[in-house]
Amino acid sequence: MVDVTPEKVEYVGPAEVPEVDLYHAKTWWTKYVFSQDAKVIAIQYSGTAVAVGLVGLVLSWLMRLQLGFPEFFSFISPDLYLQFVTMHGMIMVIYLLTALFLGGFGNYLIPLMVGARDMVFPFVNMVSYWVYLLAVLVLLSSFFVPGGPTGAGWTLYPPQAILSGTPGSGAGIILMLVSLALFIVGFTMGGLNYVVTVLQARTRGMTLMRMPLTVWGIFTATVLALLAFPALFVSAIMMTLDSVLGTSFFMPAIVEFGEQLQYGGGSPVLFQHLFWFFGHPEVYIVALPAFGIVSDLLSVHARRNIFGYRMMVWAIVGIGALSFFVWAHHMYVSGMNPYFGFFFATTTLIIAVPTALKVYNWVLTLWRGDIHLTLPMLFAIAFIITFVNGGITGLFLGNVVVDVPLSDTMFVVAHFHMVMGVAPILVVFGAVYHWFPLMTGRMLNQAMGQFHFWVTFLGAYLIYFPMHYLGFVGVPRRYWEIGETNFIPDSAESLNAFITVAALVVGFAQVVFIYNILTSIFRGKVSERNPWKATSLEWQTTTVPPGHGNFGDELPVVYRWAYSYSVPGTVDDYTPQNVHPDDVVKIAAEQGGD
Amino acid sequence: MNFFREISSKPWLESQSAIDDTHHGGAFTLPSVTIGLRVFLGVVTVLFSLSVVAYSDRMTLADWRPVPEPTLMWLNIVVLFASSVAMQWSVISARRGRTANVEIGMLVGGALALAFLAGQLLMVRQMDALGYFTPTNPALAFLYMLSAMHGVHLLGGLVAWGRTVMRIWGGHEAHQVRMSVELCAFYWHFLLVVWLLLFVWFSIT
Repeated sequence: MVDVTPEKVEYVGPAEVPEVDLYHAKTWWTKYVFSQDAKVIAIQYSGTAVAVGLVGLVLSWLMRLQLGFPEFFSFISPDLYLQFVTMHGMIMVIYLLTALFLGGFGNYLIPLMVGARDMVFPFVNMVSYWVYLLAVLVLLSSFFVPGGPTGAGWTLYPPQAILSGTPGSGAGIILMLVSLALFIVGFTMGGLNYVVTVLQARTRGMTLMRMPLTVWGIFTATVLALLAFPALFVSAIMMTLDSVLGTSFFMPAIVEFGEQLQYGGGSPVLFQHLFWFFGHPEVYIVALPAFGIVSDLLSVHARRNIFGYRMMVWAIVGIGALSFFVWAHHMYVSGMNPYFGFFFATTTLIIAVPTALKVYNWVLTLWRGDIHLTLPMLFAIAFIITFVNGGITGLFLGNVVVDVPLSDTMFVVAHFHMVMGVAPILVVFGAVYHWFPLMTGRMLNQAMGQFHFWVTFLGAYLIYFPMHYLGFVGVPRRYWEIGETNFIPDSAESLNAFITVAALVVGFAQVVFIYNILTSIFRGKVSERNPWKATSLEWQTTTVPPGHGNFGDELPVVYRWAYSYSVPGTVDDYTPQNVHPDDVVKIAAEQGGD
Repeated sequence: MNFFREISSKPWLESQSAIDDTHHGGAFTLPSVTIGLRVFLGVVTVLFSLSVVAYSDRMTLADWRPVPEPTLMWLNIVVLFASSVAMQWSVISARRGRTANVEIGMLVGGALALAFLAGQLLMVRQMDALGYFTPTNPALAFLYMLSAMHGVHLLGGLVAWGRTVMRIWGGHEAHQVRMSVELCAFYWHFLLVVWLLLFVWFSIT
């Protein structure tokens, strides 16, 4: 470990942070609709992401109904099933999780946690949301065009994505690609804000290493996204040109229904490289904010400083960097050179090292902590368990020889749902229970929350554990119906029915969660100002919920990191980041005097 | 800012606190808008780099035919270079407080950028007339796509350019628009370098 002895600083900047010129809304429209306030934009992002996520959830129910009871739902045709699969995947990965973590949590938490009044480019931030909304509307409009949405699978592999045998190969795929391009444009606007705000708009005393890990996770994920999304952008443009103008970037010479198409010489594998150069960092674009948030939830609710803060920061940065060197482990069956596969298997194993380090540190944070089994803590612990499970099956799939027989089976579906579906969404839930009092001044209903947690957590295992088994016995993914297949036992059918029932029950729990949010906004128990007794700046605002400009007349000054919990010699078991050291000592002295 | 040094510090130590307490908050002394532009240009660089990587991969396949180089391409480069020079002249004028010269430089730079875009369109039409406009020629498809991507970025720059010109016409003095002019010029120089590199790439492949 590098030991850095503090040295005398050569340059000390101005003692005061320059105030920014805040935009003050003058009308209802500019305050609540076309708002430039990051908190309002965060709520807009979150609301839209959840709304489109509910569409994705309903699609997953429809898929499960078809898989569990293939004889009963005649309206779900094979084409429709593939369209459900595709739209569910893309919605959940891009339009829900990415938008929620970066656009939602990023907008709400970054300025508050670093002690800024707002994002540095509020107007651009506002436009970012509206472009995102446009992207969502374009995506959803594909349900209503002739041929429906694309059914090419969320990976959109050519040539099949734009051949007429694939559902939605006309307007559907074009709308998907246009929507993705719009999403990336919108995200880039938001991403510039997140990065520059973290770099430039921190309050006095807020060094990078005093930032909460939530900010580190969102910041690093944003950098990843800014570097990775261009790959998807380029491939979306190229595939649109292949589809509309008949270019041959990705399309090889091909005969369709006995007719030679005009395409020739293109490389479908080139698309796969570009897609996964985006696609694998995308896993961490979702995971890193979750890592950061869960670190803070564990620390606050176990009343302990995060174990190995510096290592946690290094691990976030290291995982971010390494995530650009593992993309081809999604392509072992594309016919790549075995040495190439060996390289990517190695890098995949290497990235497990910093990831495992984070898991150890989370567990060690709990060790001898004053653990409060609050809902955020329950979700945080559930995340650790689920992430470990999903991560371990990732080690299976990261190795070429194991991946090849498991490729395109339900094992893969179970793996990625555990590691980047269930695990991050558990963090989202934990975060909502944690920060809801800050956003609304009210608590969520605890009984409904307990129901939501236990059904979601246990239900997720009832869904995905059996799915691993289905993969092992060879049940393929993206099949509308297994039918009578010699190597698949009859038990697979009953297991599919069982999974479907579990999925519907878990889905119902999410409806309860949304009901809880909607009712608690208006009728929830009024919360204390800082109900979890957290140290970070978002809880130290003058009003709760924080008003326009976040802090009062003066920005807070930071005197310590965000993890001063249970510090020996202090009366309270937490010391907020902005409490002057003299005030802390005074409290301790008074106590001693008693 | 030395990033690696910063993330090597131990924020829980009191000795470190003495240093951290004096931190003024920002990572760089540059204005946020400059940092924002640089980050954005980093993203644009990745975008063009990946396009060139895709180009290199695609050119290894059997149907690849080299890109023709019409004379107009050379002329367009000269126009874009002149546009960049005019922008730089604006910057120098702004630093010297000569508002009238800033205005002239900006107007000439913007007009030349528009001329460059018109020239690019003309180039495509010329190639079309010569019978090159066949989408199945992958090199041409890349040429058209990259030209369009570059052109769209220049159009985006012209929006910022337009806002700056409007401010000058609105009576703002040189020192008031200096930052905007500098950012416009920086963006112009960047796009010039991108197009030069692309041109070299088209020429050698």
